[in-house]
Amino acid sequence: MIYTGHIHAGPIETWATILTVAATAVTGDVLTAGAMRRIGDLDAIRAKSGLGGAVRAVVSSPTFLLGVLSMAASFFSLLFTLSNVELSLAAPASASLTFLGNAFAAKIFLKENVNRRRWLAALFVCAGVFLLAK
Amino acid sequence: MKHTLTPQRYLILLAVMLTASVGDTLLSHGMTQIGPVSLAHLGLLLAAIRNPWVITGILCLLGFFASYLTALSWADLTFVLPATAFGYIVVAFLAKFWLHEPITPYRWAGILLIVCGVGFVANGPSLTLHESHPVPEEPAPAGEGAVTGGTQ
Repeated sequence: MIYTGHIHAGPIETWATILTVAATAVTGDVLTAGAMRRIGDLDAIRAKSGLGGAVRAVVSSPTFLLGVLSMAASFFSLLFTLSNVELSLAAPASASLTFLGNAFAAKIFLKENVNRRRWLAALFVCAGVFLLAK
Repeated sequence: MKHTLTPQRYLILLAVMLTASVGDTLLSHGMTQIGPVSLAHLGLLLAAIRNPWVITGILCLLGFFASYLTALSWADLTFVLPATAFGYIVVAFLAKFWLHEPITPYRWAGILLIVCGVGFVANGPSLTLHESHPVPEEPAPAGEGAVTGGTQ
């Protein structure tokens, strides 16, 4: 990524682009995780149908492909964000929001058992990622 | 009653952490050799994909995606994600000892928080099972229960 020096976004645009990065990343993660849950244990599929069978099972899932599309959208929106927002804010803020957003989305959409341990983990990792970029 | 992982599956999670961080570091090292790429010089990207560091980095990231998907097929997203965050720590250490970048006290604090976060989930249940989901065919370690119940 090339730092252009033209950082000119206002606070609304800054947080709108950061939220877009996080939202598309969470969508991608949740769709991918949902697809993998539906496909089943890849180790077992590989043992039964070989590596080719496992790859076919994954890439033939529309949910997985949608997840990859969302991840690609997240990547390109991050590139767009980095052209308008300082890297030291955009990268940790979007990564931290993604961790928190994933905890909420996993509980709501994937019905995961997000217990106190996992909420604490999401919060600690979120804060840790932010500090790493300081 | 908790669903714990076999050593082989912990190795997959280790692969998730290591391949992502090593892959990113290799890409970074390769791209600094290539130099800045701009829209006017997109041809440089072709040179980049012939750079051995970049090629190794891409192979590592392919390995990351494969091990990440494998992990998601038998563990919860909220279990796997903190594991991927552990990669940030590996990157910090690679940056310090290989690229000789300084690590500020803020970063040490961040590393500590991530280690705590990963510790919170690492020893807990790895998978939420619902009635519609079959029990994964994983041999449970001796003395361990089967699985967690549904959502809390």
